[in-house]
Amino acid sequence: MDISAFIFLSSGLFFGWALGANNLANVFGTAVGTRMIRFTTAAAIGAVFVVLGAVISGSGTSETVGKLGSIDAPAGAFMAALAAAVAVFMMTRAGLPVSTTAAIVGAVVGWNLFSETWPDLDSLRSILIGLVVGPVLAAGFAMVLFVATRAALAAAKVHMVRLDMYTRLGLIVAGALGAYSLGASNVANVVGVFIETSPFTPFTIDGFLTITPAQQLAVLGGLSIAIGACTYSGKVMHTVGAGLFTLSPVAAWVVVMAHSIVLILFASRNLEAVLAGLGLPTIPLVPISSTEAIIGAVIGVALVKEAHNIRWYVLARITVGWVMTPVIAAVICFVGLFFLQNVFNQEVYLPAVGDAVETHQPG
Amino acid sequence: MAVPREFALFRRTKALENEIDEFLDKLSEGALSFRIAVQTYLAHGRTPAFEEKLAQVNALESSADHLRRSIEIKLYSQTLIPESRGDVLGLLETLDSVMNLMEGALWAFSIETPEIPEPFRADYNNLTDMTVHCVDALTQSARAFFRNIEAVADHNHKVMFFEKEADKISTKLKRAVFESSLALPAKMQLRYFVEKIDDIADRAEDVADRLAIYTIKRTV
Repeated sequence: MDISAFIFLSSGLFFGWALGANNLANVFGTAVGTRMIRFTTAAAIGAVFVVLGAVISGSGTSETVGKLGSIDAPAGAFMAALAAAVAVFMMTRAGLPVSTTAAIVGAVVGWNLFSETWPDLDSLRSILIGLVVGPVLAAGFAMVLFVATRAALAAAKVHMVRLDMYTRLGLIVAGALGAYSLGASNVANVVGVFIETSPFTPFTIDGFLTITPAQQLAVLGGLSIAIGACTYSGKVMHTVGAGLFTLSPVAAWVVVMAHSIVLILFASRNLEAVLAGLGLPTIPLVPISSTEAIIGAVIGVALVKEAHNIRWYVLARITVGWVMTPVIAAVICFVGLFFLQNVFNQEVYLPAVGDAVETHQPG
Repeated sequence: MAVPREFALFRRTKALENEIDEFLDKLSEGALSFRIAVQTYLAHGRTPAFEEKLAQVNALESSADHLRRSIEIKLYSQTLIPESRGDVLGLLETLDSVMNLMEGALWAFSIETPEIPEPFRADYNNLTDMTVHCVDALTQSARAFFRNIEAVADHNHKVMFFEKEADKISTKLKRAVFESSLALPAKMQLRYFVEKIDDIADRAEDVADRLAIYTIKRTV
């Protein structure tokens, strides 16, 4: 196997690290910020379940992202992941919550522009629908779940101390589910662009279980997200916890649950099979932005609780960031590809059949 | 054998729940004993029966103190209810101060043995009744705060009502005392005892006000 393939993969792993640091904080932030769960507990559970999610149900969404741009040269995939990572980093520095899904879509489209190809419109449409529907659906789930939880708590008359214990256990379960859904849904962002140029080959264990290249990539991606979660998410968690301080621990539980349900809905091959079996329309397997889902769920809770307290200008800022992210990623990718091709003499896309005689190596 | 963490958490939760309930039991028992003690004093003066009730309130107060410290230490050393523990701490300490005021008033009766003329006794009794109702409603409000947050407002409403009634009786009684032909030192002593009892209702109202705010903070 070519060692350069792994060097090219490194940007994806870096992106995975950034994703882990940012998005696992979405899942555990409030719980850790309000000291309901210790950071070490959160990071350990998060790391394990992110990897499980990535491996068990991450391949469906990865293939959608892989198909989107069909990036056919390792150097091109390297640049796409790097551009997305840099865009995420820039938005994080600007203090805006950032969608890794939006970033990778932007980067892939940047590659398409550079290589003068078209993105796969079906995949693009599915992903864009997911980006819009994800937060809206999360808001809906959060509203229903919040109203139901509030009614159940009022009826159950649980002692405050016991409620605290249940909430802690609930936050751990919701966090594990959240980490699982994050791995399942978002590992695609990390490794999807490498699917077409994967250095891996399928291998079979005991003639039984075949591990596809997509799954092998998912393991790597999941691990990189887990490392991001363990090494860097602590600070972000405390910020998220403080930023969303108005959420009570119970509301935080609702938010994480709603987020996780939406992410899993859009990543589950089993659900797809069940829906198809019943002759119902299937849900596309696309990565949903974990950040957008969390924000959607918070707004859902806020709408039920006290709609007048929503700071709409903050939401407007978030929306601007949401639109900017793919644009920035696309521009960085385009410029980066230019340098990679013309300065570092890397082949960033395979020449189309028509102009096969032309090489892209300058000189 | 090491107990798994989850079970330890269940056990600790149950223990803390029990201690909080017990603390509130002490407070309501204390209020009832306070009423009997004052009634006994008004009827018969400083008798052994009165002293016995005083000792009982005394014992209740110190075991409530004990429980309060134990709860507070548990809350902070085990990081339980991190969101509300500051409020719970404030609540327990102010509830405890209500208990202290009841104990203090009984001590004052025991030490000063004021002579309460017959025409005023009925109003002293009524004042004590209203005050004890007030503390009782407060105890229920505090219980609701832990178990049934929506009922806090109902109980608080009663606290406010009894406190107002106590104020009315206290004003009426003080006016009657000063309009009487007693000597000024006797008038002042009688007024002092009116205020001693009425202060308990006032403090209960302050705690209820706090509870109302804590409740808003805790609404999910």
